[in-house]
Amino acid sequence: MTYARRAWIVLWKDAVTERRAKATLNALLFFSLLLLFVFQFTLGGDRERLVAALPGLLWLSFVLTGLVGLGRAFLVERENDCWDGLLMTAGDKSAIYLGKVAGNVILMLLVEIILLVLFAVFFNVDIGQALPPLALILPLGTVGFAAVGTLFAAMTAHVRAREILFPVLLLPVQIPVLLGAVKATEAALAGEGLGGVTHWLQLLGAADVVYVVAGLLTFDALLEG
Amino acid sequence: MTADVDLSGPLDCLLSARGLRKAYGRHLVLDGIDLDVRRGEGVAVLGANGAGKTTLLRVVATLVRPTGGRVFVAGTDATRDPESARRQLGFLGHGSWLYEDLTALENLRFWATLGGHTSKASALRGALGAVDLDRWSEERVRTFSAGMRRRLALARLVLARPRVLLLDEPFTGLDQQGAKWLEEHLEGFKSEGGALVMSTHSFGRGFGVADRAVILVDGRLAADVAVAPLGVEGVRRLYDLAVEDGA
Repeated sequence: MTYARRAWIVLWKDAVTERRAKATLNALLFFSLLLLFVFQFTLGGDRERLVAALPGLLWLSFVLTGLVGLGRAFLVERENDCWDGLLMTAGDKSAIYLGKVAGNVILMLLVEIILLVLFAVFFNVDIGQALPPLALILPLGTVGFAAVGTLFAAMTAHVRAREILFPVLLLPVQIPVLLGAVKATEAALAGEGLGGVTHWLQLLGAADVVYVVAGLLTFDALLEG
Repeated sequence: MTADVDLSGPLDCLLSARGLRKAYGRHLVLDGIDLDVRRGEGVAVLGANGAGKTTLLRVVATLVRPTGGRVFVAGTDATRDPESARRQLGFLGHGSWLYEDLTALENLRFWATLGGHTSKASALRGALGAVDLDRWSEERVRTFSAGMRRRLALARLVLARPRVLLLDEPFTGLDQQGAKWLEEHLEGFKSEGGALVMSTHSFGRGFGVADRAVILVDGRLAADVAVAPLGVEGVRRLYDLAVEDGA
């Protein structure tokens, strides 16, 4: 119970802070619009190319906005030395990690939903039939991404070259998540259902479990530095 | 076969440091510090800028790992088992540990819940009342002055009720009323059996809560004296001599 309360209070703190400051959300939305503009400009009206590239573009957008968002995940803890407070807090630090991951997942999902709608509008794509499978794929992909992203964001929070180090560390580890998510999204957008991509979904699920468990087990040592 | 030597200091010691060393690369910041702080005792750590005061407090607070030596908090070896030691420790450094976009009450609720302390609204409001911030409980910290932030950070310690308090220049930024409250609070903390270590530059405000003064020069313990026999002026002269010798 105490563990859940501690994880919840971290999530609550991040949510309240973000709702009031809107620092990350505004940055992510602006960045998303910029990406869409670039994609629209590049692909133009070529419908065939668009359909083929859409799943990849969608997840490229999620990853790029995710990198921006996750990179800021621990900035608020650096202000006023709050990081010291987290470190000095007695008890299992993995609760802090869990709260942080949950906050990042919610924020990323919010941006992803907005991005999805913008993609549909910008590229005039009917995503109605793909929504039920996407409701499974998006959270699966996002949890894995946020789990490792939060861990690496904490790891690089006090590193001088963190802006470079963070994506360099994160992206290679995300390959299983990205492969699974893109393949499953491709099937969903093509209206093929998820029956043919269960192995990709299993990969996504397995990656999520491995990444979250690895995060829970290592966060304490990582925070202690 | 070797017998374990008890390094945790006298029985009534809440805090003991033995041969504490901290080096950053070749630069030795702390060089063999020994320190015992008993129940109900207040120790002022004096030293010029860069003498190692903040590093000493951060090492004792388990925020920085020592290069050598040991720290014991209420008998627990904090260098080996920082988790247990942290349950007994309260720390206030230069940072306030406050989230700018949370209100005063929300900040207290956050740290109380995370630390496993009581987060009942009455307790939180009581802590805010103790530092005279109850009128600003619903205001965001972003709008607070430096003194108000300091008081709110102290309210966090009131809630945590640690046995050992480590304060890094706690009177900085406090107005007369805030300083008076802090002096009274620290005296009360000592009278309840708590151990206090605070770094300070000043022999004025707040120095009265110190029973002993420890003078650091270039990371070494230059003097460790009782304040009462020498008086504040005597400690000041000793400090000047120690710093001159060190230079």
